[in-house]
Amino acid sequence: MESTIVSSRNFNAYFGTNHVVKNVSMDIPKNNIIAVMGPSGCGKTTYLRCINRMHELIPGASVQGEMLLHDEDLYSLNPILVRLKIGMVFQRPNPFPNLSIYDNVIAGYKLNGFKLSKKERDEIVEHSLQKAALWNEVKDTLHKKGTFLSGGQQQRLCIARAIAMEPEVLLMDEPTSALDPISTSSIEELMHELKKNYTLVIVTHNMQQAARVSDKTAFFFLGELVEYNDTREMFINPKDSRTQNYITGRFS
Amino acid sequence: MNRKNIHNQIKYRIARNKASEVVITIYSFLITIPLIAIIFYVLKTGLSKLSWQFLTNIPQPVGELGGGIANALVGSILIVLLATIIAVPFGILCGVYLSENKNAKLSYWSRLAVDVLQGTPSIVIGIVIYFWVVKPRGGFSAFSGSIALALMMLPIVIRSTEETLKLLPDTLKEAGLALGLPYHKVILKVIIPCGVSGILSGVMLSIARIAGETAPLLFTAFGNPYLTTNVLKPMQTLPLLIFNYATSPYDEWHDLAWGASLILLIWVLAMNLITKLITRRWKVQL
Repeated sequence: MESTIVSSRNFNAYFGTNHVVKNVSMDIPKNNIIAVMGPSGCGKTTYLRCINRMHELIPGASVQGEMLLHDEDLYSLNPILVRLKIGMVFQRPNPFPNLSIYDNVIAGYKLNGFKLSKKERDEIVEHSLQKAALWNEVKDTLHKKGTFLSGGQQQRLCIARAIAMEPEVLLMDEPTSALDPISTSSIEELMHELKKNYTLVIVTHNMQQAARVSDKTAFFFLGELVEYNDTREMFINPKDSRTQNYITGRFS
Repeated sequence: MNRKNIHNQIKYRIARNKASEVVITIYSFLITIPLIAIIFYVLKTGLSKLSWQFLTNIPQPVGELGGGIANALVGSILIVLLATIIAVPFGILCGVYLSENKNAKLSYWSRLAVDVLQGTPSIVIGIVIYFWVVKPRGGFSAFSGSIALALMMLPIVIRSTEETLKLLPDTLKEAGLALGLPYHKVILKVIIPCGVSGILSGVMLSIARIAGETAPLLFTAFGNPYLTTNVLKPMQTLPLLIFNYATSPYDEWHDLAWGASLILLIWVLAMNLITKLITRRWKVQL
């Protein structure tokens, strides 16, 4: 039995009166890659943004139900602590444009004012960039601005920035949708590496990607969690007719 | 419609295009003439008055040679510096609030107030400060002049900060928050540094704008024929010196006014150039 790291119970999310995530209960097991897929507007991104409490930053947004991290309700914790434990990578690469590559990786410590010795900082930067498979490409240009990198490299820089904080869970919101196929495949390879140390939750509207990288897949439709199962099982033998229709491309 | 007719129409249209191009070019050239004429004239009359002692001496009594504008130069720098120190923190903070709370009720009223302040004639700001600061204190002072100028800087700093920060993508703020940064640190260490070129150029332009203001200083800083650095005393500034000496009947004083005009012009041009440099140098590429 795998141990569960994040789980939601009857979880609902709203934008004003608009009910976008409806009664979702799911368990996310440790050291797995969970793909969350579904057509546009199905609430998958909103659900993801509820896990590290980014959803509530939007004016008028609210949630209801339980979201647990190790059996502790995330919504009773300080959101800053939650976000230190649950990192996030966004749809478009968003390195800090005013910082160098080095400072971008260390940004979570530096901007928060956590004190580190130069040796510790160097170690974190090298370690994180290596885990993000970017070290070899940037080790000679660490003090150049991060925005000079290509899109795929910028996205890996954002991954390095997130894992530098040693989070337990890494949320990825369509991390490759703004990237070319070569960068996409290098990020997908990276996900396999990352799963040894982290739990990954990936939102994607690309079914092939869900099938390629994930251990478990959740299918969202119109705000509901329709089906949640092992990826292989879900793609070979979907239980729900809506899942089947989606997978076979009858609607998108 | 036959083909020949269409052909003629197109020919006519091309001719009209050419004609409007010529008109636009002539007008663009014409509007540069007043500026060039002013600069040329001030240079011609002012340049011969410039010397080291012109910058380091204070004005001499009528009939004596070797007067300078040191008192006005020091005064202008001090008053503008003090105004900048007062206006910049308020301006940037207000601009941050407006860009962060676009639809708040307070933002609506605040924006309206900023617009009205921007349109308020400078003489009106001067008289208000006269009644609020000068009269209660019982005397003219450089400090009251700085407050009047700070009020004139505020709308420019606020608006340029707001407009700059509005252009930054929301994902930048989310990147900071997702790393566990508290909101105030996201503002201080991510949002403001990323907008620094726009904010600074607003500050520079506002300094250029107030450097030549005369009206609000007439009954606040008042003017002073001697050199002083005490901001609680009346103080001379370049625009006040120009105003007083240009309207006097003495040739020596007219010379001083011309020299001071040139210095003021150089100041304003330098500020504009620095602004351009800042925007180029510190612009963050998103």
